[in-house]
Amino acid sequence: MNTKAANSGSGQTQSGRPARLSLADWMPKIVMAPTVIVTLVCIYGYMIWTAVLSFTNSRMLPSYDFVGFDQYERLFNNDRWMVALTNLGVFGGMFIAICLFLGVTLAIFLDQKIRAEGALRTIYLYPMAISFIVTGTAWKWLLNPTNGLEKMMVNLGFEDFTFNWLADPDMVIYCLVIAAVWQASGFVMALFLAGLRGVDGDLIKAAHLDGASIFTTYRRIILPSLKPVFFSAMVILSHIAIKSFDLVAALTNGGPGYSSDLPANFMYAHTFTRSQVGLGSASAMIMLGCVLAILVPYLYSELRGERHE
Amino acid sequence: MNKSTVGRKTSGLDKVLRVALYTVLTIVAAFYLIPFIVMLITSLKDVEEIRTGTLLSLPASLHFDSWVKAWSSACTGSSCGGISPYFMNSFQIVIPAVLISTLLGAINGYVISLWKFRGSDLFFALLLLGCFVPFQVILLPMARTLGWLGIANTTSGLVFVHVVYGVAFTTLFFRNFYQSIPNELVKAARLDGAGFFTIFYRIILPVSTPIIVVTVIWQFTQIWNDFLFGVAFSGFDTQPVTVALNNLVNTSFGGKEYNVDMAAAIIAALPTLAVYVFAGKYFVRGLTAGAVKG
Repeated sequence: MNTKAANSGSGQTQSGRPARLSLADWMPKIVMAPTVIVTLVCIYGYMIWTAVLSFTNSRMLPSYDFVGFDQYERLFNNDRWMVALTNLGVFGGMFIAICLFLGVTLAIFLDQKIRAEGALRTIYLYPMAISFIVTGTAWKWLLNPTNGLEKMMVNLGFEDFTFNWLADPDMVIYCLVIAAVWQASGFVMALFLAGLRGVDGDLIKAAHLDGASIFTTYRRIILPSLKPVFFSAMVILSHIAIKSFDLVAALTNGGPGYSSDLPANFMYAHTFTRSQVGLGSASAMIMLGCVLAILVPYLYSELRGERHE
Repeated sequence: MNKSTVGRKTSGLDKVLRVALYTVLTIVAAFYLIPFIVMLITSLKDVEEIRTGTLLSLPASLHFDSWVKAWSSACTGSSCGGISPYFMNSFQIVIPAVLISTLLGAINGYVISLWKFRGSDLFFALLLLGCFVPFQVILLPMARTLGWLGIANTTSGLVFVHVVYGVAFTTLFFRNFYQSIPNELVKAARLDGAGFFTIFYRIILPVSTPIIVVTVIWQFTQIWNDFLFGVAFSGFDTQPVTVALNNLVNTSFGGKEYNVDMAAAIIAALPTLAVYVFAGKYFVRGLTAGAVKG
């Protein structure tokens, strides 16, 4: 980059000269261009494309015969979809609630000058590094009705102990919750621990001088100041829940029957294996709607907050 | 939080509380550890022992044949060469995808925070939203695009997909990190005659180590652990290890060999576990340094 060009770049606003089109001025835009194009096409363009497909009667191949909201109607008359959607509610709700509770509690506990903090943190966090496929495989073995936990308890002398959640259509969804919580709660803990370490020490000292107990300090001062971390964690967790696909694929494969299907698995099955592209696209749009409903208010407050700084 | 402010007093009650605290922390640690321990001991037993023993019983003698079988001769779907070829596939996808997406993220973050132009903030908002779009809405159009580009079912196709959908995250990480660099630094460097790349290379990159580490760890684990793109876009020979593992576990001819399944699962998890064990503390430190602020 030559000197003149760089100088003109910084000088243009101060002196009010019209911008000279030098390479240096264009450089930021040039290097951003690929990302901008790819994002606009591959995220927003494709989103629109899928939206369009959801209004057509596409089966194995995309077609452009528009049928209005027919696919959405079919979707919500489809028992399997309703099961998947209900499952998402149960799974997502429990997963988020338990992860937040465990994450906050563990972070606070670890924040009490714990001797083996490093080791414990490592243990809590390691499942996050592992693929849901591996997690699913491991829990499938642990929860296996004939070989796993059940057999262990029977051998320990609890003859009547039964644990067949994986084979029980009413209980199988909780197996997904157990495995997902095991995988993600450590990450939430890490987020909160990072947040706790960032809380202003003077504030806490002041609370101590005023005679506040540790409990009160956390409840009244520290936790309220972690509100942004709560929101971030919730957004990340709901995102994980809504897109959950691999855990189901590995742990239950949607079964028994389709009792443990989630929307992501419904979408994949209908789009790629059952040649129902229109229906699959409609289900994807509903998933997008769920994400946006959570995300837009969050991003709005985030970006607005930044401007206020 | 400041360590010196917590837990100063040591009365009798405090001692009881601390014992309770350590007990809870240890029980929770067991919950996190047991699945891995069970995987490990199951992988070292032979099939007979698995049938007669229980989850937590230790193997009578160590059998490593299940590991050998998982690596080189177990059947995944219709091919029986173990998961080693797919393990290599994953590396071939992960390495270029991580490098490219991290580099692009660094440059984008640099532009968005220090070379703002008209529309760059709007674009950042669009990108941020793009981070969270469920991939289901882009799956089918992307499959068609890969077909047109002639890279469907190839390793390069998967690298492309991972770069495209990784850049949003890497940009976000770098942007948040660079946000704290004072604009004056760049202005001064420009007055001294430094150009766009010189400033990036001489001033920005040298202070970027923490965020590079976070981004590389994040991208490595995300891409290694991916299943959706792998199953949707890979060909028979280019499957990543997660897809192969799932096929292996669900291949159901002959008796079920849980020891082989568990060995294969551990092998598939090893690279990310290694990254995590060796670099995990930098990850947490980097998170604290601002990767999750935004």
